[in-house]
Amino acid sequence: MNLLEIQHRMLEAVMQPLTAGEQMQPRTRDGRSMHEVAAGFIKPNDRLSSFERLEIYNRQYWFRVLAALEEDFRGLRAIIGPRQFETLSKAYLIDCPSESFTLRNLGSRLEWWLRSHPERIQPRAALALDMVRLEWAEIEAFDGAAEPVMVPGDVLASDPDPQFRLQPYLQLLSLRYPVDDLLLAIRKDDSEGEMVSNAVSERKQTRVRKVARQKPQAVFLVVHRFDYSVYFKRIEPEAFKFLNALREGKTLSAAVVLAFQGRDIPESKLLGIIQSWFENWSSLSWFCRPESSNQEFISALGRQS
Amino acid sequence: MPANSFNGFTDFGVGIGLRVPHYQHILSEKPVVDWFEIISENYMIDGGRPLHVLDQILERYRVVQHGVSMYFGSHEPPNREHLKRLKALVKRTKTPWLTDHLCWGSVDGTYSHDLLPMPYTFEAARLTAQKIREVRDFLEIPIAVENVSSYAEFHVSEMMEWEFLTEVVELADCGILLDVNNIYVSSKNHNFNPYDYVNNVPAERVAQIHIAGHSKFEKYILDTHDHPVIDPVWKLYARAIERTGRTATLLEWDDSIPSFEEVHNEALKANQFVAEMAVAL
Repeated sequence: MNLLEIQHRMLEAVMQPLTAGEQMQPRTRDGRSMHEVAAGFIKPNDRLSSFERLEIYNRQYWFRVLAALEEDFRGLRAIIGPRQFETLSKAYLIDCPSESFTLRNLGSRLEWWLRSHPERIQPRAALALDMVRLEWAEIEAFDGAAEPVMVPGDVLASDPDPQFRLQPYLQLLSLRYPVDDLLLAIRKDDSEGEMVSNAVSERKQTRVRKVARQKPQAVFLVVHRFDYSVYFKRIEPEAFKFLNALREGKTLSAAVVLAFQGRDIPESKLLGIIQSWFENWSSLSWFCRPESSNQEFISALGRQS
Repeated sequence: MPANSFNGFTDFGVGIGLRVPHYQHILSEKPVVDWFEIISENYMIDGGRPLHVLDQILERYRVVQHGVSMYFGSHEPPNREHLKRLKALVKRTKTPWLTDHLCWGSVDGTYSHDLLPMPYTFEAARLTAQKIREVRDFLEIPIAVENVSSYAEFHVSEMMEWEFLTEVVELADCGILLDVNNIYVSSKNHNFNPYDYVNNVPAERVAQIHIAGHSKFEKYILDTHDHPVIDPVWKLYARAIERTGRTATLLEWDDSIPSFEEVHNEALKANQFVAEMAVAL
């Protein structure tokens, strides 16, 4: 047996799901005896059979990847419950094993996978999907790239309709449920639960479940980073459309048109709204410096006003 | 021997692994530490707090990169995205040498995220050495490979683990990160004398040494990095440095991590063995 054959055979066994009792399956997926498969390439010793030695790796694999998913998707786990979450995690990892050198990316396909397997998150599929999107956005916002921040005077003087670039780490989410509040409540309960008695912890869990039953509410959310910590910021629907347009590379005027389509707002009021957005978002460092930063810049907003 | 081509001709003393629970203490108290080892993959990202903290650490301390997923022994070629990100980090940290494990862990782009054991065959040694050379040529930095703890052996193996390690590092002309705890763990799991291992590795290629704690179960020992170093491992360490001379040494503590002082004090026990070795000489 050569190196490639051993690696194929061992990885297949290692990644096969454990039994309910967290032991290695007695049979392979195609029905062969796992004892015979293990004995075919792994030596036994005076204490462990080939099967038992292979089982150590099988168990370590599943404990590791399940723990990693649980750490990244605590909100989803709280919504659907620990048992359903574990079943979901195993099914997801069978269909979507890691294709990255880092466990950080283990959940990168979870939203996509859940859209094809809504039965895994019933009866609160919409709420659960929103939560998965939020939790993945948080991971992306935490360690996404940051570019130099736009400073006053960074808008090109000769450009009558400039483009603004958003920080790559910024995540824009249109949600059907207020899962931002829910996730913060879950985290609060988790941290308090570590410090208090079981009885109090159970009360907290009841509160989380109550929050999880909340009614739908459209939420437009920016998951952003400030001083290296991740925050959630709700914004108005128009602001969300405006930021999305900027992210797509639309010019300032095109983004304004898209954001306020169908709204009859006086120009003076419109300008005030946009100025306040820019003041707020600039203070949060959401805009990058223009790529051609060696040219002459002036404040576009100042010029337009 | 402490400074050699495999560790960039440096002369590092005793270091510890840089871990998240210690960030605040290190940044605020600025303790004297000879050097830190970082897990490369934790910083192969685009931005955010981990890199911000790393940059602050780099201003004050010497840092060596240690990887967990290059999988030199996997049959497939190196992951290009991995290499690109690793090279960017190497430029950032200016690590004088880089380490990863003598193991495999992926097949056809699917990752186990585990350090799976090698079959000790000449075919595996040749393929592994070739991959180490490719990675070194791309990264343009000395590489040392670490012996792993293992729980399984293969029928096809043609040599002992230390012979396989020697074969690989000589074919690749690379260094060794000698993990004496892993030697101890594997010696118990596979019934060999750990001193045979330490006495037979090419000492002149040892760039760095790892020490750590482990967990003992009824039928095997697991490399958990969640306990202090036990006496038999310290004795093995003493023998290792007797052969290699004073060598950059690092304590790994990755789970149930105690205070910074506790981890650092445990690591500094290594100096006692270095001093005893110096007296003996």
